[in-house]
Amino acid sequence: MSYVVETIELTKRYPGAAENAVDALNLGVGAGELFGLLGPNGAGKTTTTSILTTRVRPTSGQALINGVDVLASPAATKRAIGVVPQSNTLDRSLSVFENLYFHGRYFGMDAKTARFEAAFRLEQFRLAERKNVPVAALSGGMAQRLMVARAMLHYPAVLFLDEPTSGLDPQSRLALWDVLRELHSTGQTIVLTTHYMEEAEELCDRIAIMDKGRLLALGTAAALKDSIASTSRLKLTTKGSSAALAASLETIFGTDARTHIGEHSVTVDTDGVVVSMQSLLQRATDAGIELSGITVEEPSLERVFIELTGRELRD
Amino acid sequence: MKVAAHPSTSRLAPSTPKVILALLGRDVRVLRKQARVFIIRTAMQPLLLMFVFTYVFPKIGQGIGGSVRSASGFSTLLVAGVLGISIIFQGIQAVALPLVQEFGFSKEIEDRVLAPAPNWAIAVEKILSGALQACLAALIVFPIALVVPATPIHLHINFFAIVLFVPLAGLVSGALGLTIGTLVPPTQIPLIFAIIVLPITFLGAVYYPWSALSPIPWLKYLILLNPLVYINEGLRAFLTTGIVHMNTAAIIVASVAFLALLTAAGIRGFEKRIVS
Ligand SMILES: Nc1ncnc2c1ncn2[C@@H]1O[C@H](COP(=O)(O)OP(=O)(O)OP(=O)(O)O)[C@@H](O)[C@H]1O
Ligand SMILES: [Mg+2]
Repeated sequence: MSYVVETIELTKRYPGAAENAVDALNLGVGAGELFGLLGPNGAGKTTTTSILTTRVRPTSGQALINGVDVLASPAATKRAIGVVPQSNTLDRSLSVFENLYFHGRYFGMDAKTARFEAAFRLEQFRLAERKNVPVAALSGGMAQRLMVARAMLHYPAVLFLDEPTSGLDPQSRLALWDVLRELHSTGQTIVLTTHYMEEAEELCDRIAIMDKGRLLALGTAAALKDSIASTSRLKLTTKGSSAALAASLETIFGTDARTHIGEHSVTVDTDGVVVSMQSLLQRATDAGIELSGITVEEPSLERVFIELTGRELRD
Repeated sequence: MKVAAHPSTSRLAPSTPKVILALLGRDVRVLRKQARVFIIRTAMQPLLLMFVFTYVFPKIGQGIGGSVRSASGFSTLLVAGVLGISIIFQGIQAVALPLVQEFGFSKEIEDRVLAPAPNWAIAVEKILSGALQACLAALIVFPIALVVPATPIHLHINFFAIVLFVPLAGLVSGALGLTIGTLVPPTQIPLIFAIIVLPITFLGAVYYPWSALSPIPWLKYLILLNPLVYINEGLRAFLTTGIVHMNTAAIIVASVAFLALLTAAGIRGFEKRIVS
């Protein structure tokens, strides 16, 4: 299978750093895939993206776009990629329309084509009404949409987005998700980095979980969640004795259930044992235990991450 | 939503010169938008310099310009000086300062270097853009330098030479701006003026011809490291008459050498800043 984006043992150590920012990373992104790079701060997501977009020189290993080595052919790489970096890089001296128009010119379009393509993207990304305002006058969500519009203007083989929704309000985030889904539906290959697991889960075909420069797991959200042992985690809280509660739960889930007893709470990884809330409440009532709360936590990427690293995804 | 790529754009592979031209097109658009600011910031300094030194001083009888005996001689001397300053200032104003900002807080450079050309080409475009603005500045300043003085100016214009030399001076200025812009971190912009711009202009054979420095030999030879000296001497050689100037061949050779040196340093600095 040929990949649109591929990394082979890709490694980066910044000068003077004690550890690798990216460490022997092997990834392959297929045509039309919306691929997620998920990891906490400092995981190496931006570094990986930057190598693939010609901005950082790898220490060893290879980065390929459409089978062409990024380091060897930077100009060809730049033609094949569209990039939405982590920070706002819009041209503040130009208007919204001009940002798109001149991007088209940089990529070799004649004036007429550049105008046509700019107008098309303004419509597509619902920015047409603001076409003549300076980019400084855009809201955060609009600025981000304009960055995506600009990155798409020259029809790149792959679109890179580095944490495109961090710092956006919930509504703008949803709007940007729609934009990305739309692009995905047209067959656009997309590499998205994020530290929001719900974003990865919501949008991505496959997700690579990274930490400390290393690839920890790779697969669809469902496959990643299946990979952790327990299906649901049940948490019961009581005002009374948690020991009594634990004993009563043991009669349901068995003695080898993975149980954690807190001061006033008990957590059980149910490992696929299905119980109804009714019977749970009944047992508690029979045992004279007063429950103050029940939560059921379905498997999440967050828990996959904790299983893999022993740490929380967000610090 | 449309799906297929626009047919005429699906195989874009612009040549490097074409990308450079497109980037210049962007700079010209920005310049046009800011035309008024450009004219004011370009005209103000030469206007004041000429006004005080060549209008006010002669009128009030204040002596100036020791070895250049007449007030008229000083006006003539200063024509090249203010032109040279304006040209070298463009390198700072149009290249160095924007570049420091783009590298620093605005991060715009991150986008510019994604244009499909080698990184050196993006740096070269900055030099060309600086040169273009330097030529425009010269066009604005020249009439001012002619009109303001109260005493006559002795012109002897070598059109062929000046039409080639002003762009050469502009390129030197742009390359100087590129080098400075890639070396200086955003927090140290004030230093650009204190340790680069001021020495270059005060010790750049602006207010005196280079040959007049003979009584201070160490200074005379030290300022040969200042590219503005050659720009001013060249402008003197190709625009005015009656003032002793450096050998023209030496002026051209030194200017080209500075251009090569500063271009190499600028591109190196640029690549260092954008690829980690
Ligand atoms: N230019 C640089 N010079 C030196 N070290 C760097 C540089 N950029 C990143 N690093 C280091 O490399 C590691 C990976 O950083 P990177 O920015 O790739 O992570 P990230 O996953 O994008 O994090 P975030 O979510 O914060 O954006 C970090 O330890 C970071 O401090
Ligand atoms: Mg990052």
